[in-house]
Amino acid sequence: MKPTDINNPEYFHKVVDCQYACPSHTPVPQYIRLIAQGKYTEAYMVNWDSNVFPGVLGRTCDRPCEPACRRGRVEEEPVAICRLKRVAADHKSEVKNLMPQGPFKPNGKKVALVGAGPSSLTVARDLAPLGYEIHLYDEQKLGGGFMRSQIPVFRLPEEVLNEEVNYILEMGIHTHFNHYVKSLKDLLQKDYDAVFIGSGAPKGKDLTDLPGRQEGASNIHIGINWLVSVTFEHTHKIGKKVIVLGGGNTAMDCCRTARRLGGEEVKVVVRSPYAEMKASPWEKEDAQHEDIPIIDNHVPKSFVIKNGKLCGMTFEKVKPEYDLNGKRKLVPTGEAEVFIEADDVLIAIGQENSFPWIERDLGIEFNSWGMPVVNETTFASTHPKVFFGGDAAFGPKNIITAVAHGHQAAVSMHLMCLERDIHERPSPYVNLHSMKMGIHEWAYDSHVVLDQRYVVPQVTKQVALSSLKTEVELGFSLPVGYKEAERCLNCDIQTVFFYDKCIECDACVDICPTSCITFTENHEDESILRKMLKVPAENTEQSLYVSEPVKTQRVMVKDEDVCLHCGLCAERCPTSAWDMQQFFYNVTKAPKIK
Amino acid sequence: MTYIKPKFRHPNLTKNKLGYTIDYYEGALSTLCAGCGHDSISAAIIQACYDLCIEPHRLAKLSGIGCSSKTPTYFLSNSHGFNSVHGRMPSVATGANLANKDLIYFGVSGDGDSASIGMGQFVHAVRRNVNMVYIVMNNGCYGLTKGQDSATADNGSISKAGSLNQFEAIDMAAMALELGSDFVAQSFSGDKEQLVPLIKAAINHKGFALINVISPCVTFNNNVGSTKSYDYVRQHVEATATIDFVPEMKEIKTSYKEGSVKKISMHDGSKISLEKLAPNWNPQNRQSALQAIHHARESGNILTGLLYINEDTIDLHRLIKTVEEPLNQLIESHLCPGNKVLQSINAEFY
Repeated sequence: MKPTDINNPEYFHKVVDCQYACPSHTPVPQYIRLIAQGKYTEAYMVNWDSNVFPGVLGRTCDRPCEPACRRGRVEEEPVAICRLKRVAADHKSEVKNLMPQGPFKPNGKKVALVGAGPSSLTVARDLAPLGYEIHLYDEQKLGGGFMRSQIPVFRLPEEVLNEEVNYILEMGIHTHFNHYVKSLKDLLQKDYDAVFIGSGAPKGKDLTDLPGRQEGASNIHIGINWLVSVTFEHTHKIGKKVIVLGGGNTAMDCCRTARRLGGEEVKVVVRSPYAEMKASPWEKEDAQHEDIPIIDNHVPKSFVIKNGKLCGMTFEKVKPEYDLNGKRKLVPTGEAEVFIEADDVLIAIGQENSFPWIERDLGIEFNSWGMPVVNETTFASTHPKVFFGGDAAFGPKNIITAVAHGHQAAVSMHLMCLERDIHERPSPYVNLHSMKMGIHEWAYDSHVVLDQRYVVPQVTKQVALSSLKTEVELGFSLPVGYKEAERCLNCDIQTVFFYDKCIECDACVDICPTSCITFTENHEDESILRKMLKVPAENTEQSLYVSEPVKTQRVMVKDEDVCLHCGLCAERCPTSAWDMQQFFYNVTKAPKIK
Repeated sequence: MTYIKPKFRHPNLTKNKLGYTIDYYEGALSTLCAGCGHDSISAAIIQACYDLCIEPHRLAKLSGIGCSSKTPTYFLSNSHGFNSVHGRMPSVATGANLANKDLIYFGVSGDGDSASIGMGQFVHAVRRNVNMVYIVMNNGCYGLTKGQDSATADNGSISKAGSLNQFEAIDMAAMALELGSDFVAQSFSGDKEQLVPLIKAAINHKGFALINVISPCVTFNNNVGSTKSYDYVRQHVEATATIDFVPEMKEIKTSYKEGSVKKISMHDGSKISLEKLAPNWNPQNRQSALQAIHHARESGNILTGLLYINEDTIDLHRLIKTVEEPLNQLIESHLCPGNKVLQSINAEFY
């Protein structure tokens, strides 16, 4: 194989699994180290720069970082990255003075943002300091979008959301709340230099064809609409027996909310097998902990109406069958239909985009799925002034993805206003520097602790269920947060190899606890070279770090897969051919464009 | 900040026949200088014992004093060990071996420990053919006392301080051959492919087995002008043969050029197969081995590999005809057959 080009920032970026997996590429190990050092404010700001809503995400993030965490490959459980973020948010001191301070000098440009959810707010935060006049439109009376309307307050307290939304709104954003944008055409005629559409995926899927749907309508609710109505206090109670249809996170939020509004026998019924449900594992656990059974492999057949009122539903029992490609088919088991009693049914089987307010003759191309054609890098539509982001761009995802879209859309909008090519993306900000301080001394905590993942404490079930507003999770205490932070393997402290300094003494090979390093003859075929290593590198998702030939013409090959970043290779290297260097990678946002 | 080896290991480590992964054969974290050749030898020993499925409690590590003699701490933590007085490891090994011949004896020594203060001990262990592996971690200097020339430093070698050594070097391998050792090998710490099979073969040899390993001292003897630096050794290594040690009756998988391969069967059924590289050399002929060593020395090279083997060796126990049972297991009833037997013996004299 050719020598690895470590000057390409993407090589080391990929080694930092959590940061690489994060749609916004938050420098995770960096902020975890700051938490361990008790620097909560700094840790918060590292987060805020990348993901805009650390307090919100520290409670609600879908955590794509955690399945990617290296710790999960050498031990059982990944670092509790998400809940550590909350530690920073809970314990920070004054942060507002560290954020860009308005009023900003106007640059004479005007932009409109449709929808006040995470993607629009991110665009606002990135563009406001550049002097844009920003107009934010939303049909609700407060900002936050689905962070407010669909995430119950017992998971995300209002104060936390308000605080982080307000950091942005207070940058001098012109808000137009209680204002539903009815026509994009009208909006475009208002002389905006750019329009960003972050209107989400606001339409919940229904089961219109199911018998009894019309007759039982008053007791059948669309999950996300019902959650909005609970949030804005239009709905205060629900029947004692509730069926929640669906297996995603919205279904979990619906059932847990129902438990707090009077639902005594709340059941989640889902078509797919339990293991294949879309909900995050921890959300399923939390629901089950609140005495909500999850009944899987049941397909809804009809709403049963008695005396003109809904009294339950019938289901067909199915089992999953998989074809050779692993594609699933749900096949009826042939057993009798199951009847489950219910006073109310919440349908949370997914949500869709809906753009009735976008005229189709504006030059915005839509595909056959009714989705706008959006560039995945620039987030530009086929209309030169209109950009999309968040769920509105590519369908329902999550907050952190919406934030990532917002950053990139803001970059495009700014480049466009500067009359530059929006396809020429700014390079990331990258830094790489040695952590060596002396013999046996590194400027990071290189010792690898054996602790297992710590559990986040919760209030008792009785207290949790007694009020809609009581936050269930208490967050890590500082001592436990420190211990959890110490579980981080510091994957951003890179093992950098200088082939010309190596004397091939094998010290690194001998000391490496996880047998990552091999000196071997090179082979042009990566799959063969992978087999030639001390422990064959079977995880092909992880890179091989291949050096230039050393004196004996062999090459150093390091399998990045289970490297602990403990620094022992550098510690035992007599010539400093190995060095531990901190790699900092930060996506360039609009305010930093030069 | 800390200098502790993490406990995590590669999740795909394979287990040997005993069900142990290789980390079961590790020792404490080395306190030798970073890059010391001795650490590589320790790693080779760990690898060899793992590959041979040795039960750690069946092995005893013995050493004297010096950097080399510290190494038994850094491998096989679950084995027996005895760190003796400077240069006296061979006596301790001889005594231990006489008392319990069932254990594998692994002697680790250095050039000071064996070629200077312990020379008188070393030669007697060889001539008595004590069944043991004797590894000399040979770096040509006294690393523990800041790098003075040792008795194995080559004539003409220049020390780190710049002084020229004008004394003749003691050649451990040639000396062992002269004294009648039936297993003599030489290797380089930086060549595990050769060293690991040599250690395995030495463990299986039923008699005294010497492996003289050139092991560069990175701190005091890795300078230009030294004949035991990494660079010098790499440039001057001349291998007798590539070696493959095959335990029991396994098929030999490495392919060799026809006619160049020498297979030597050991008494336990294992095999050593050598692909000869040195011309006019017969590993089963003592004279030929001595000549090869002299020849290499004249041309300024270091001959490595298995130099000589006599698989029909007769070790100390067989030589002095001890009983089959290890002496430490003989109980009083064996040693003192009782009055009745004494009476019958006495009766023979009447």
